[in-house]
Amino acid sequence: MDLHFFRRAGGLLLVFTLLSLLHGSRGEVPTRPISAVTILPPVKPDDGPQAFPNADKANLPVFTMDYPRIQIPFEITLWVLLASFAKIGFHVYHKITIWVPESCLLISIGLIVGGIMFSVHEEPPAVLSSNVFFLYMLPPIVLWFAVVGTLWNSIGIGMSLFAICQIEAFGVQDINLQENLLFATIISAVDPVAVLSVFEDVSVNEQLYIVVFGECLFNDAVTVVLYNMFNFVAEMPVVEPVDVFLGVARFFVVGLGGMGFGVLFGFVAAFTTRFTSRVREIEPLFIFMYSYLAYLVAELFAISSIMAIVTCALTMKYYVEENVSQRSCTTIRHVVKMLGSISETLIFFFLGVVTITTEHEWNWGYILFTLLFAFIWRGLGVLVLTQIINPFRTIPFNMKDQFGLAYGGLRGAISFALVFTLPDNIGRKQLFVTATIAIILFTVFLQGISIRPLIEYINVRRTNRNLDTINVEVHCRLMEHTIAGIEDLCGQWSHFYWKDKFMKFNNRILRRILIRDNRAESSIVALYKKLELQNAMEILDTVTGDISAAPSIVSLYRGNKFKAADLKNMHDILSKNMYKIRQRTVAFTGKHALPNDSQTKEILIRRHASIRRSLRPGSFQTTVVPKSHKYFSLPAGKSLDSKFPPGRLSYTDDQETMSEVAYPSSRSRFQQPARSSSRAMMPLRRLDTLQEAPSVDTLNENTGRTERGMSRTKSSSSDSRVPAPRRHLPPSIDNEGSSVDNLRNGQHEVEEEEQPSSPPPAWVAEPRDNAAQNPLLRRPQWNPKKM
Amino acid sequence: MGASQTRSDHEHQHLTDKTGFSLEQIKNLHKRFQQLSGNEETISKEDLDRIPALANNPIKKQIIGAFFDKRNQHQDEVGSCDEIGFEQFLMVMSHFRPPTLKTTDEEKEAMRKEKLRFLFNMHDTDNDGTITLEEYRKVVEELLSKSGAIGQEAAKAIADAAMLEVASTNVPHMAPDDFYEGITFEHFEQILKGLEMESRMHIRFLDVDTTTMRCGKSTS
Repeated sequence: MDLHFFRRAGGLLLVFTLLSLLHGSRGEVPTRPISAVTILPPVKPDDGPQAFPNADKANLPVFTMDYPRIQIPFEITLWVLLASFAKIGFHVYHKITIWVPESCLLISIGLIVGGIMFSVHEEPPAVLSSNVFFLYMLPPIVLWFAVVGTLWNSIGIGMSLFAICQIEAFGVQDINLQENLLFATIISAVDPVAVLSVFEDVSVNEQLYIVVFGECLFNDAVTVVLYNMFNFVAEMPVVEPVDVFLGVARFFVVGLGGMGFGVLFGFVAAFTTRFTSRVREIEPLFIFMYSYLAYLVAELFAISSIMAIVTCALTMKYYVEENVSQRSCTTIRHVVKMLGSISETLIFFFLGVVTITTEHEWNWGYILFTLLFAFIWRGLGVLVLTQIINPFRTIPFNMKDQFGLAYGGLRGAISFALVFTLPDNIGRKQLFVTATIAIILFTVFLQGISIRPLIEYINVRRTNRNLDTINVEVHCRLMEHTIAGIEDLCGQWSHFYWKDKFMKFNNRILRRILIRDNRAESSIVALYKKLELQNAMEILDTVTGDISAAPSIVSLYRGNKFKAADLKNMHDILSKNMYKIRQRTVAFTGKHALPNDSQTKEILIRRHASIRRSLRPGSFQTTVVPKSHKYFSLPAGKSLDSKFPPGRLSYTDDQETMSEVAYPSSRSRFQQPARSSSRAMMPLRRLDTLQEAPSVDTLNENTGRTERGMSRTKSSSSDSRVPAPRRHLPPSIDNEGSSVDNLRNGQHEVEEEEQPSSPPPAWVAEPRDNAAQNPLLRRPQWNPKKM
Repeated sequence: MGASQTRSDHEHQHLTDKTGFSLEQIKNLHKRFQQLSGNEETISKEDLDRIPALANNPIKKQIIGAFFDKRNQHQDEVGSCDEIGFEQFLMVMSHFRPPTLKTTDEEKEAMRKEKLRFLFNMHDTDNDGTITLEEYRKVVEELLSKSGAIGQEAAKAIADAAMLEVASTNVPHMAPDDFYEGITFEHFEQILKGLEMESRMHIRFLDVDTTTMRCGKSTS
């Protein structure tokens, strides 16, 4: 679940903040930043430096400074830097971040800074006016909430607080019901950031994760609606039933409208990227612009902008990812993560600062009861809701899940922003502000810090993430088809049917329109390629590792059986160095780490590159290699297989992406027939047909090689190596051959296995289908300049 | 009509115990059965072949074959029949029942095993208890046959890699002269350990009467 991707994709450009403040659109220019950054005023008392002063007025100033000119962006940059330094600081001591969620830390730093500022009577930068917040900063932090949960919470808390207000002792009788409801809405908004990261670290089961996530997603729609509604209503003297009804209708407009806009913009973006093959550099720009546009347009119509942006990102991810180049993908990912990170940092940071620097109105009774009710109602809400939906679920939520859900209701940025936008005619606005901040601090610190040990303690059901194996994928598909088939058979439809129908529609219509190079790719094949790719990249990565593991030829009897020894050897090598087909998890390891395959993808085009490993029974022959046949070097020009038929682990190198650098030299290599190096190099067939060059088991051989993996920009080396004798081939063999080649090519090559594309008949016991096009990785045409 | 009604009710009652479906569901399925078989007592392979919606399913043959496979009847027989009656039809369907709130953990385990067994039988066409490379390849080929221009090569490669996965997961320490014959049921279970089959492989059999689809030539 690429939630991080689209979470971040929902992230918006802080740059806009910078830009807007550059034009001073909203923020008031603070008089000074914190005293630590006092800048000297410009040298000349008159405004601005004078580039060309009159000669008779004064001497030409050699050195001038003009602070007001850069003041705003400068200060913003400093704030961002400060917050980021804080972040670096946390991670220096790694243990902290395990136990204390980052939000807490950031708030603390903010508090400290705020304290400093307070003591020198500085104003915090006005970045935080609510419009700025909503337009620029909020998007990066996507909040979610379940519809009913929010409603429940809001109304429950509102009512209870109102009841409390009736008690004279607390002196808050002037808060009427509407205002209470308004306030309740504000503090019902849950901020999942801390929770989700904890859940992920602890690997809770997916159901729980999805629910929390989805809850937050939909929360926004409800919160915005309720807030506006209550806001509106709070100013009205009388509430009528028709208003309530309108409110409900408005909710649907907001929610569905948000989604609709998102999908619309997603499609438009996908369509646009269909034509961007020649202007690759600006592809990320499209993505960001469209997302932001979706957000703004949604704000224009006062519908749920967060839902718009999230659905936009979801749609885009699916279609756009196939259209844009590898680098654009990487860029987008990086930028989104960065922006999201910045925004999060800043918001919590400011929370801390503002806490200290605003005036507070404290009312013990009100605030404490607010806290209490917030807890109670959330717990009740979760309880009731799960009771209602559990019968419909195949895996019901047990008590532990429910506890996790309830306890994970941390408040955060949204509440913070919303409370600041309260109109001033609400009498007790300050009280609300104080109460909100109190709740946020409380939940973030207390719950945020304690949720992790609690979850681990009560042992919430974990998820098994290691599902990225080919077998699992194959069988998933098998199951789905089976079920779809059986459903057809018994004429009863359920969600598989619809899914099937949708996929058909998708393939037939949507993909044709939106994707440039539309060849439907089976998910099994896609996964397979992805795994192969990762494995290939691991080889590159671990090239300096002990590649010198035992090489040996894996051979299979013609009887299509795996010989155990070969298997063992294969397995050893694989698990030691290179291939780890199973247990691959492409998990986002954390907020600060990019996905594992990022490096992978940087290098190769996703779709069209992979290193394939196929075990062709026919091609393996038992190699009865007596020890004496251990070759330490081959006579030049000879191919190993002339001596004995090698068994191989065939790899197909289908990587086609080569950088321009690699291309020419590789090309030249291809033309050469069997190299006259000690290794019999099998030439690759013209690279652009991605043949399955019958793969040679190079894995084993190449263990001795010391080549460095190809540099990141290069990909496939089409280095083919011939499998050496079956037993261990001392590394030295390879060195010779490879070094020759390397030198010749002047570049380092991946040792992977490449395939000889036209194997000498002598030893290719492979069926001729070797030469068949491997449509798996067919590429339309090979273009060296393609990224 | 009355007599046959009660007789079929009796039978159905007996079937509920055996297969776990409710009476309503059995009635619906019976109707469907009649539809498919053209009001006869048994269904043959051709009857199932005629269902138009199945035509697009890449593993149509395997699915149909599963119905006629004796191993799915929980009676410890092997081989396949040519025609099946309603009871066998139901037995096969019962593999796809969803778990309810009341199913205990052991029952869930048993269901999971059943479903895995079903899938296993789909692979293992020669009834020898293991899935060999050839058989696996065949399945993968079929799966991929409908999704674009993937050739045999790709399917082979994938199947091979998958076999290797299984082998390396299950028998990492084979002696030098062993062969890896094929995937046995235990290995099969092992590699699919992470997959939550109980929750994914089921069909919600409806209790109320739904309009069933036409199935080609056979008329209801």
